Amino acid sequence: MEDAILKVQDICKYYPGVKALDSVSFEVKRGEVHAICGENGAGKSTFIKILTGAIEPTSGTITFNGKTYEKLNPKQSMELGISVIYQEFSLVPYLTVAENIFYGREIKKGIFRDVNAMEERARELCREMGVELDVRRRVCDLGVAYQQIVEILKAVSRNTEFIIMDEPTAPLTIKETEVFFKIIEKLKKEKVTIIFISHRLEEVFELCDRASVFCDGKYVVTKEVEDLNKKQLIAYMVGRELSDDYPVPSREIGETILKAEGLTNKRVKNVSFELKKGEILGFGGLVGAGRTELVRALYGADPIQAGEITLMGKPYHPKSPRSGLNAGIGLIPEDRKAQGVVLSLPIRENIVYSILKKVSRFFFIDKKKEKDCVEGYIGDLNIKTPSAEQLVKNLSGGNQQKVVLAKAMATNCEILIFDEPTRGIDVGAKQEIYGLMCRLAEAGKSVIMISSEMPELLGMSDRILVMSNGMIAGELDRSEYSQARVLEMASSQL
Amino acid sequence: MKKDNKAVMALLNYGIIVAFLLMIVIFSIASRNFLTTNTAFTILKQVSITGIISIGMTLVLLTGGIDLSVGSIAGVTAVTAAICLKNYELPIPLTCIIALLLAIVYGALSGFCVTKMNMPPFIATLGVQTSLRGLAYIVTGGLPVYGFTKAFSRFAATSLFGIPLQVLLAVLLFVVFIIILTKTTFGRYLYGVGGNEEASRLSGVNVTTIKVMAYSISGFLSGIAGLVLLSKTSSGQPSSGGGYEMDAITAAVIGGVSLSGGEGRLSMVIIGVLLMGTLQTGMIMCGINDYVQQLVKGMVLIAAVAYSQFSQKIRNRMAAAS
Repeated sequence: MEDAILKVQDICKYYPGVKALDSVSFEVKRGEVHAICGENGAGKSTFIKILTGAIEPTSGTITFNGKTYEKLNPKQSMELGISVIYQEFSLVPYLTVAENIFYGREIKKGIFRDVNAMEERARELCREMGVELDVRRRVCDLGVAYQQIVEILKAVSRNTEFIIMDEPTAPLTIKETEVFFKIIEKLKKEKVTIIFISHRLEEVFELCDRASVFCDGKYVVTKEVEDLNKKQLIAYMVGRELSDDYPVPSREIGETILKAEGLTNKRVKNVSFELKKGEILGFGGLVGAGRTELVRALYGADPIQAGEITLMGKPYHPKSPRSGLNAGIGLIPEDRKAQGVVLSLPIRENIVYSILKKVSRFFFIDKKKEKDCVEGYIGDLNIKTPSAEQLVKNLSGGNQQKVVLAKAMATNCEILIFDEPTRGIDVGAKQEIYGLMCRLAEAGKSVIMISSEMPELLGMSDRILVMSNGMIAGELDRSEYSQARVLEMASSQL
Repeated sequence: MKKDNKAVMALLNYGIIVAFLLMIVIFSIASRNFLTTNTAFTILKQVSITGIISIGMTLVLLTGGIDLSVGSIAGVTAVTAAICLKNYELPIPLTCIIALLLAIVYGALSGFCVTKMNMPPFIATLGVQTSLRGLAYIVTGGLPVYGFTKAFSRFAATSLFGIPLQVLLAVLLFVVFIIILTKTTFGRYLYGVGGNEEASRLSGVNVTTIKVMAYSISGFLSGIAGLVLLSKTSSGQPSSGGGYEMDAITAAVIGGVSLSGGEGRLSMVIIGVLLMGTLQTGMIMCGINDYVQQLVKGMVLIAAVAYSQFSQKIRNRMAAAS
């Protein structure tokens, strides 16, 4: 029981300009359930990817079952018996439970699959794990919790002794979570080692033996869960002092420009808030809390089922992104490459994409007007490129993001929504984007910013609304800001 | 290093022109009569119909779709016009308007299925292709429609400054659509929608309208091709236009139009069209039999797609290196 199945020593992972993991060392004991805690971006995912061989560490060693490795590749990792259960499932929806469990390793009789043997073995597994499940049912007909369980059965059938669970309970309801917990208890008895990652801190206390905390890519501490309470854990996760690389606000906040009352759709529940002229309103919360869905609904990209919006004193019913743009709302979407830019087109065509009609006479694009507009934004936003004809796919992430920004700014809207504006871009470009957001606010524009990076959220926002499970969990003024408060609110409605 | 890159880029971009010239040289050696103005006109006349169709195909491919219905639309338009002229003795202009309006409706139907019904373009247009072919057989009873006014055949028989009218028509349409693609907002949106549909939607572009327009224009141009065909043959054949979709897709792909949408130039599609026409006429003049011709055409399509995938890979690698 006391020996370490996994020991990592001085694991580092550097990306240009970013230390994703900085000298992480700790041990996982055989047969324990070990939680890894940390905010978004603390380095948990990077750490898992190194264990599964998806990425190579820059330096450091991994010792698994007494053998030491400099790096792992996916095949090695699988052969060592490391399994990962992600929140997105890796199951084939139209195959049965049994077929999924043995997918890729089918039991065969001659050249044919032996369905009976597979079903028999799958039933045995279910009995061992204490799960009631018809192994002949198609996976797509099962609820999320049972799909999760099939994933686990799949891992167990490979005689895995080491399972990594990355936010396994995120999509589950409370009742489903209970079923799931029972399985974990069973696995514990079978001496399977589990690394458990969850934003729901209650689960850490309920399930785990020990917890390790990451913060900003650094390993902080490992503690017996018995010796911890929630406050202490959050304190470890928050860890750092706020750095002062955020521009000091010197703007005047005006009157209400946008008022939403009782907004509701699939992922947003009864959300009401106000946005004022010249303010930066931050939205905090966990990934999947409904923040993106809320702003997409405001912009007209997603339908609204109920609720009222008043924009500049008039009722506003967004039907499509075009109606959002026409009403003076601009969106910088969270996924730059998939939603922000057309990678195969040059910078010039991307920047004027939303205002093509404005730079055209009849149906013909006025090259001169277009060029003036584009050159202006390349200069203003300091987009680093040899020319406006450069294809956007050849730009760095930061410069791509500036192109998306330029496109939104070109529409000359009064409200700009930034969804994770600095995700995956380097420090220099981050600073420029912060400066730009402040300039916009000072010029009397209103800014909504969604951010999962705590320092950014606290540093930039004039006011913070925290969302949890589709609802507004609370509001914080600058005087009340603390990372602990935001984290607490973010998990309050789960 | 930089210079090398430029040379490789140029070869990737214009390699097809080299291939085209090489083909002319080979056929000129193989057949003494190949390199004549007479052959040149034969080829031009022959490719004007598939050329017109390949314009519409290019538009649809740019949005990330594909249009398999073009040949059937050409065929059904030809028999519709033939029936209007023969059975109802409608005047020629009215006949053309009716036939072309219907062609637009067929295209719009594909567009509707692809956008509003969310069907994969391959399946939607395959369905339209098969239905329209059936329709052509139903309205004609499976028999060719001929014996209508000779005036209609005059178009295909007339030349202006020594150039056949149908060739001039194809050239005119290419010029118009090159301007539309490079200079207008609609052209820009076609590339944008094909390059990134979601980003286009979020940028306020009405993606549905753009796509439906692309398919409708493809239908319209296929209709024009059908009328030219009818004028040329003086007989409305229910089976006419079969296989045109293959020729048009091959021409567009040879011209560098990406099958995943968003990339390609119509000016280069002209080369693709000429290359396909030259290949066919060259093979006929060299006495290569029909079945072998078919085999070669299929292989050219496969080679063109393979080449375009390969050159994309090289481009990406070079972009990553720089």
